[in-house]
Amino acid sequence: MATLDQPQISRSRGRFAGQWVDGFVMLIRIVAVVIITWGLVQFIVQSASGTGGLTGPAFRDLLVAGLAQGAMYGLLALGYSMVYGVLGFINFAHGEVFMAGTVISFFISNALFNAGWWEEAFLLSLLIVLLSSMIISTLTAVIIERVAYRPLRNAPRLIPLITSIGVSFFLQNAFFGLFGPAVKSYPRPPEWLTSRRTILGFEIEGTKLLVIVIAIVASIGLYLFITRTKTGKAMRAVAEDKEIAALMGINVDRTIVTTFAVGGAMAGVAGLSWAILFRGVSFITGFIPGIKAFTAAVVGGIGNLAGAMGGGVFLGLAESVAPLVILEPLGVTGVSQLKDAVAFAVLVLVLIFRPTGLFGERLSARDRV
Amino acid sequence: MSVDWSRARFYGINAGITLAFICAIGMVEAFDSRSVINPGLTLGIVALIWVPPLLAYLATRRKALEGFEAEPAGAQDLGAGALVGAISGLILVVFVWGVDALLEAGVAIRDVFPRLSPAMIEIVTFGRGLGAGLTILFVGCVVLATAGAALHLLSRPVRRGIEFGLLYVLAFSLLEPVVTDILEDNADALYARTGGLKPSAAAVIFLLTGAITAWTTHRDAPSIRTRYGRMDLDVQRRVTIAGVIISVALFGILPRFLGGIMNELLANIGLFVLMALGLNVVIGLAGILDLGYVAFFAVGAYGTAVLTSPGSPAFSPELSWWVALPIVIILATLAGLVVGTPVIRMRGDYLAIVTLGFGEIVRILFLSDWLSSSFGGSQGIRQIPGIEWFTGEIKGVDPERIFYMVAIFVLVAVYVSWRLQYSRIGRSWMAMREDETVAEAMGINTVTAKLLAFIIGAILASWGGAIFAAKVGSVFPNSFELLVSIIVLVVVIVGGMGNIPGVILGAALLIGVLGGPTQPGLLQEFQEYKLLIYGALLVVVMLVRPEGLLPSTYRSRELHHEEMDQDAWLKAGVGAGIDEEELAT
Amino acid sequence: MSLLEISNVSVSFGGLRAVNEVALTVNEGEIVSIIGPNGAGKTTFFNCITGMVKPDSGSIRFQGTELIGMDPNQVTTLGIGRTFQNVRLFPNMTILENIMVAQHCRTEQGVWGALFQTRGFKKEEKEIRERANTVLDFFGTRLAGYRREQPAFVLSYANRRRLEIARAMATMPTLLMLDEPTAGMNPRETKELTQLIGKLRDEWGYAIVMIEHDMKVVGTVSDRVVVLDHGEKLTEGDYETVSHDPRVIEAYLGRPPEDT
Repeated sequence: MATLDQPQISRSRGRFAGQWVDGFVMLIRIVAVVIITWGLVQFIVQSASGTGGLTGPAFRDLLVAGLAQGAMYGLLALGYSMVYGVLGFINFAHGEVFMAGTVISFFISNALFNAGWWEEAFLLSLLIVLLSSMIISTLTAVIIERVAYRPLRNAPRLIPLITSIGVSFFLQNAFFGLFGPAVKSYPRPPEWLTSRRTILGFEIEGTKLLVIVIAIVASIGLYLFITRTKTGKAMRAVAEDKEIAALMGINVDRTIVTTFAVGGAMAGVAGLSWAILFRGVSFITGFIPGIKAFTAAVVGGIGNLAGAMGGGVFLGLAESVAPLVILEPLGVTGVSQLKDAVAFAVLVLVLIFRPTGLFGERLSARDRV
Repeated sequence: MSVDWSRARFYGINAGITLAFICAIGMVEAFDSRSVINPGLTLGIVALIWVPPLLAYLATRRKALEGFEAEPAGAQDLGAGALVGAISGLILVVFVWGVDALLEAGVAIRDVFPRLSPAMIEIVTFGRGLGAGLTILFVGCVVLATAGAALHLLSRPVRRGIEFGLLYVLAFSLLEPVVTDILEDNADALYARTGGLKPSAAAVIFLLTGAITAWTTHRDAPSIRTRYGRMDLDVQRRVTIAGVIISVALFGILPRFLGGIMNELLANIGLFVLMALGLNVVIGLAGILDLGYVAFFAVGAYGTAVLTSPGSPAFSPELSWWVALPIVIILATLAGLVVGTPVIRMRGDYLAIVTLGFGEIVRILFLSDWLSSSFGGSQGIRQIPGIEWFTGEIKGVDPERIFYMVAIFVLVAVYVSWRLQYSRIGRSWMAMREDETVAEAMGINTVTAKLLAFIIGAILASWGGAIFAAKVGSVFPNSFELLVSIIVLVVVIVGGMGNIPGVILGAALLIGVLGGPTQPGLLQEFQEYKLLIYGALLVVVMLVRPEGLLPSTYRSRELHHEEMDQDAWLKAGVGAGIDEEELAT
Repeated sequence: MSLLEISNVSVSFGGLRAVNEVALTVNEGEIVSIIGPNGAGKTTFFNCITGMVKPDSGSIRFQGTELIGMDPNQVTTLGIGRTFQNVRLFPNMTILENIMVAQHCRTEQGVWGALFQTRGFKKEEKEIRERANTVLDFFGTRLAGYRREQPAFVLSYANRRRLEIARAMATMPTLLMLDEPTAGMNPRETKELTQLIGKLRDEWGYAIVMIEHDMKVVGTVSDRVVVLDHGEKLTEGDYETVSHDPRVIEAYLGRPPEDT
């Protein structure tokens, strides 16, 4: 008879840690709901009594600004979502793909400005800048995939993520070295574009309208590409299961490159949107929008492309509205400084409330673990 | 199989682009002020000349299949090397010539690429004008690349001798301030008055170290690591203890001979060792990628600042550092719990980004006007007193004492991570890293185990923060950027995840040579390019040697699992000698 | 009272009912085999018991404690050890460490003990090591032939299976759950393992639930056989009865052509 003598220990130790963690998360949920509700109530009370809050037009301005920025985040989020869907890792360097397009296109826009085209044929110039931004971002994305990610195709999931952090830092600082630290300012768009106009009862700045329109067109284009073309179908197949897709005669490598290229092109469009909205670009332009776009992708449910767009809009609205509507009524001062913190808080809260995102994630079985 | 010319061409083009890139980002010009060998070689030129030989070496390297002899290198390889050199040289020459022509023609390329300066062209043409200079440049590339490829022709001892000889020359040149500190006046024998090694000294160092390396390689003595591994457990333990005592003694004496700058540098390295050890517990042992690690460093620093400084805006108990420390540790534990609990059940990569978010939230909050009444906003908190010690107060102005202070905490941290690694808890972390589902099914509460790792990491980082606050005497939100987390991560990964000596080596090399986020390293010229190099290093290490410089046995097993799998199978089966039956079936 | 009482457990994935209203009772010291064609829901059923899959309905009581809603680690702590169909060792840990780590839930030394090397800590480490060796010795020369400091991935396939059983034993269970323990073994090894499974009950006193395809193994050691098909329990009984049940034969071989 050879058995093990069970040592006498207090069995209860550590046994309830799991429940304890769940309890804590529940507490965070409750606190978040209470704060948000309380903030909203205060906001409404203050607005009604006229002691604070926002006037109607100011609030609508906020909404429009949030929508335009959100559209840009959405375009960028598409890249995160697609790559995650296909390769199952966060391409941390995607923000830099966006930055590359917008920084290099600055020089083209500047040349166009100097040649006088910018004022005379603005839409044509804009189209040229858009194309250049898309091409450069696409190239950057494809090169990154080839050099840094392809050799790591089968590595544990965190390794490509760490690599992409390295790529991100390298690109940022390479651009710093090549083009200098100065913030470069795109030439001012013509008067007729920047002026405000009224659409559907909203008074909206032309630039923001343009950004929203561009985003809508780009996402419709992407939707058609994914659903109607053979390549698009191949991408979905690869996202579902790489090995089976390969067995079905799909060139997996090429499909993955296409995924990066399409993500890059969308980042290029986002780059133009940034240029129209903010004009100033530099080597650090990609970082914060990159993380926010990832947040948007998670908010929308990673792998879900419509969700990415939706998540972008949600995040854009949340970060422009929440500080003034929720935080300020609670007596927080200097709320505009907390914009970025709000975006990160949204990420944390979404993952606590609904880890699969607002619209549900679409991942292959392997990545869902 | 003959030489793969297309591969050589590919490497040549890459080398050329790299060279042009190094010129275009202004590295050559920025590094030119530092002399490596005086006269003759500046760091600016060194920034270029490593490229052709290295890529030629890689282009002509052959990978032997397991069990097959590698094909010996021949004259053809020299040809391939020369090709790499010629292509890269050509690209560089065309690049420099083109830039010069554009500058001459008055094209405003500097509006786009501000670093393309006449000074850079002057340096790479060795001040001899375009014609002669570019010829030298081209020939130099070809010769160096051929030499790089020729390394394959040499026997292993000679090759290693040359490689290490060159490394030592570079090291001596980089360590100029240290060596001068120690040798004082005698350093004149080695270094020229205007900086840089004397050519004669460089030659002596090269020959001496090269010869020693070649000889030891030739004797083919098993590496210290192998020998250590073969020892009995008892002996191993005694050797470890002896090693630790000797290094402690060495470090106990060393600062006395070093000047302020070196002690400052050592203290900075120590601070990063401390943080890297903490992150090592989180990522190396428990396998959690925490990108918001800096948050705990910030909690440590701000906690200390608020508790000790009379300048703390809202609440200022003006405690002594030693009284504040336990409170700071409790704060860090709480912070670890608050950050850790909601994220601990998330997927690994989500966790990474969410912790990054937490890190940024912490920094933004410290920076905000909202909390400035408690934490001083962008003004930070000043007037943080030093650490009281029997003999007085330890402060930033006294780098030697700061170093001792840091060293003590590093020792404690080493002890903590070492003991934990080889305990029941360490084993559970290891199992969790290997297969979380199975670990859970084998009765390990993965939530508790992860939280524990997270909290221990947080506590070690908070020590770093507490010392940092006392050392600098003030804290500002901008000392706690994401950059700090990333640099600590690079230190851990380059050094060797999960391995304590590796982590220490990583910190010493990276922080020592390149410097921390704000702290300069030995090569102050690197300041602008530090982050570029950190980024590139991270990518290269992940691609080439993901287990780091000094890997832990587990990590390298994990990462090279598939290669070792079959092989070890056979060896073990044959070695054990009892499973022939099984092998036969 | 029986050791494990399962009643009406159902699981569905999406629209698919993987396990449908299955009930099962296991008494102490009993070997119960679960058989059934591929895709019958055997492994899912296993996963329900060990807490890796949450059933939609039903009840699983182990020694009177309800298991549904518990994390896998809690189930293991209560005394159910398991192996996996596609052997899942900790491949980079050594053979010995694989066994040592499995005793996690039976030991309690924490940070304090490790840092200060308390007497309790040292004693516990020693016991963990001893127990690990005891468990490994059970497999005789098979596992003893290797150096126990070698990483687990050097083991041959059959030995990986043995190590996995050893690891489950080290969690000190009352009930051992083996998922296809002889899959991929040659006849000789299978025979050996069959004997060992008998020994596990007779000498170590475990109750065993196993999923097995090899009918020889099932016939030799089982006290009772349960047949699952399409997520439902087809029949239950001793091997002789079950193996001649026409419904079972049909489940495995398909409906025989009707004689006219």
